[in-house]
Amino acid sequence: MKDPKNIRVVVGMSGGVDSSVAALLLKEQGYDVIGLFMKNWDDTDEFGVCTATEDYEDVIRVCNQIGIPYYSVNFEKEYWDKVFTYFLDEYKAGRTPNPDVMCNKEIKFKAFLDHALKLGADYIATGHYARVEFIDGEYKMLRGKDRNKDQTYFLNQLNQKQLSKVLFPLGHLEKKAVRDIAKKVGLATATKKDSTGICFIGERNFKEFLSHYLPAQPGKMETMEGKVKGEHDGLMYYTIGQRHGLGIGGSGDPWFVIGKDLKRNVLLVGQGFDNEYLYSDSIIATNVNWISDRTKPKEFSCTAKFRYRQPDHKVTVIQLENDRAKIVFDEPIRAVTPGQSVVFYNGEECLGGGTIDQIFKNGKRLSYVG
Amino acid sequence: MDTIYLDHAATTPVHPEVVREMVGCLEKTYGNPSSIHGIGRQARRLVDQARNLAAQSIGAKFNEIIFTSGGTEADNLALIGTAFANRNRGNHIITTSIEHPAILQTCKYLEINGFDVTYLPVDSSGRVDIDTLKKHLRDDTILVSVMYANNEVGTIQPIQEIAQLLSNHSAIFHTDAVQAYGLLPIDCEDLGVDLLSVSAHKINGPKGIGFLYAKNGVKFTPHQYGGEQERKRRAGTENVPGIVGFAKAIEIMMKKRVENFHRYEQLRRLFIDTLNDRGISFEVNGDLKNGLPHILNISFPETNVEQMLVNLDLEGIAASGGSACTAGAVEPSHVLKAMFGAHSEKLFNSVRFSFGYGLTEENIQKAAEKTADIVKRLTS
Repeated sequence: MKDPKNIRVVVGMSGGVDSSVAALLLKEQGYDVIGLFMKNWDDTDEFGVCTATEDYEDVIRVCNQIGIPYYSVNFEKEYWDKVFTYFLDEYKAGRTPNPDVMCNKEIKFKAFLDHALKLGADYIATGHYARVEFIDGEYKMLRGKDRNKDQTYFLNQLNQKQLSKVLFPLGHLEKKAVRDIAKKVGLATATKKDSTGICFIGERNFKEFLSHYLPAQPGKMETMEGKVKGEHDGLMYYTIGQRHGLGIGGSGDPWFVIGKDLKRNVLLVGQGFDNEYLYSDSIIATNVNWISDRTKPKEFSCTAKFRYRQPDHKVTVIQLENDRAKIVFDEPIRAVTPGQSVVFYNGEECLGGGTIDQIFKNGKRLSYVG
Repeated sequence: MDTIYLDHAATTPVHPEVVREMVGCLEKTYGNPSSIHGIGRQARRLVDQARNLAAQSIGAKFNEIIFTSGGTEADNLALIGTAFANRNRGNHIITTSIEHPAILQTCKYLEINGFDVTYLPVDSSGRVDIDTLKKHLRDDTILVSVMYANNEVGTIQPIQEIAQLLSNHSAIFHTDAVQAYGLLPIDCEDLGVDLLSVSAHKINGPKGIGFLYAKNGVKFTPHQYGGEQERKRRAGTENVPGIVGFAKAIEIMMKKRVENFHRYEQLRRLFIDTLNDRGISFEVNGDLKNGLPHILNISFPETNVEQMLVNLDLEGIAASGGSACTAGAVEPSHVLKAMFGAHSEKLFNSVRFSFGYGLTEENIQKAAEKTADIVKRLTS
């Protein structure tokens, strides 16, 4: 075993409490730690204020407290080409993209990893709540010990090569413990609010942000039976199963988004949380990635999540050609949404995942969902 | 690991004699130079001595020196002060596309306030063309601002020729001499400039002090209001210890300027020769014959400046990658962009090494060897 002081770890620091504590813990363990901030987006406003600049200020403060050098790297171009373009394309196609999954795949564990290796890194580390363990001759990604914070859902596209270079110092910690460590040491980011939503949108209004890039086309809201219930602001502003923001009043159960008719620019709505149209029993997923390199049976059972923080559902996976898979649910599942990730688990272990593409019920494709 | 500091164009170490002067001043001369008592007069004496020396160093008169908080304030004062004072004569300003942000951002501010600014292009060595300037000169041009020497690549501009061109035009001529001061001989009369900016921390003086030379008779409005310091052109109690330290730095500079010029030329040669010996491929940006000797801007093909700088730092070599940064990220240099175009690889693979006080031949040799090793590692 190499002396930790001869092992260089480049920590991806965002200016948040998680990555701050990740860096602190590695430093305490004696590694040669370097803090590296990624600038992926420029949102400089007319007063010259830029979120990235403020976050970097926090990175500087924390690194000086811990006593590690800090640097910054500009991935604006890579982020635009690989993540933001995908994000807009998915919305144009009427789907609900998951930019965090793409950011991990293309930026944090690709561009950033490559950059860190050029700085002589043996490992990179991030503040993700997930664990990596070397078991039976291969790297396994395990759920974060804090079940409420587990981020393996967003890391489903990683592979063996990436995992062999990654440390997740927070994987075995509860979020509360992380905050407590930060407070005890007095880190500048100890009480900083967790970032919410999509990183490049931040606290801003989602609708307004999106309207800068995609023209909004208002249209009608209809029930599955074709009854007009109102107007929508643009299909891209809605996701399957959404309740808020529809503005349909009246008596009876609340209204939910059930689907989209892209051709007619109609938003399909229905009444009741458990509306039958919201349920499906199988899907086709694309871009399916398995974390293990070992061949899997063509058909096997496991559990799956269809959105972040959803409880696991029992499913059967049937592998298809071209990195696609059919996933059959043991029980019907509500509001499975095209564009989101389906992520597979076996107990503690995250097996991998893919993109939800087509949705079925009773063998029939639900074309209204996407 | 001892760091080899090769970023003297960013800022310089404070000369020990400057430190001694400043500590002495802080301990003994705390007076306000405007006060009417003896304690105040002691401080005033030191400020006057410093002003005298500053004037001497550029062939100016005592009352043509305005102390400021540094180069940026001097540039702001020069541009905003003359632009607004001469608005009745016209609203056109000419500058270059390779100025320091202290000039470029001030020009942006003036544009917002209704002035029309022309940004002159430069050739691939970073030099402004006199004929191009002549072509853009208009009857309503009130101000021309061209830096004496560029801070990123070191290229020296034809200031005297520009002054000659302007000699029968009413435009006021400013030069940002922050990087040139200390290495190039400056006589404002010979040079033909009306305004000239200087900063102390580039010549081994303290940070937070500089001066603007403003030729007597140049029309000029202040833009900081308060007391009557600096003949009402820059309000605020004088930074006496800063001014005293600045004066010492000027005194040392005047003695050493020519010697330093030749010494840095040799160090620059040694750096280049060492890289050549190591057989790596590189290209010098700028103009070695017509540039400041302490600045060496080098493009290393197939490398990435962000990776270069971090690797250099981790190996104990402090260098720089251009000027403006947001969130710590290296932005493509506007100077290299003006020289080579927006799509040149050089924008993303160039590093500035700059030399100064205290460096030895061994330092330079070692730094160049380590640089070559890093380039080899990154391009292998």
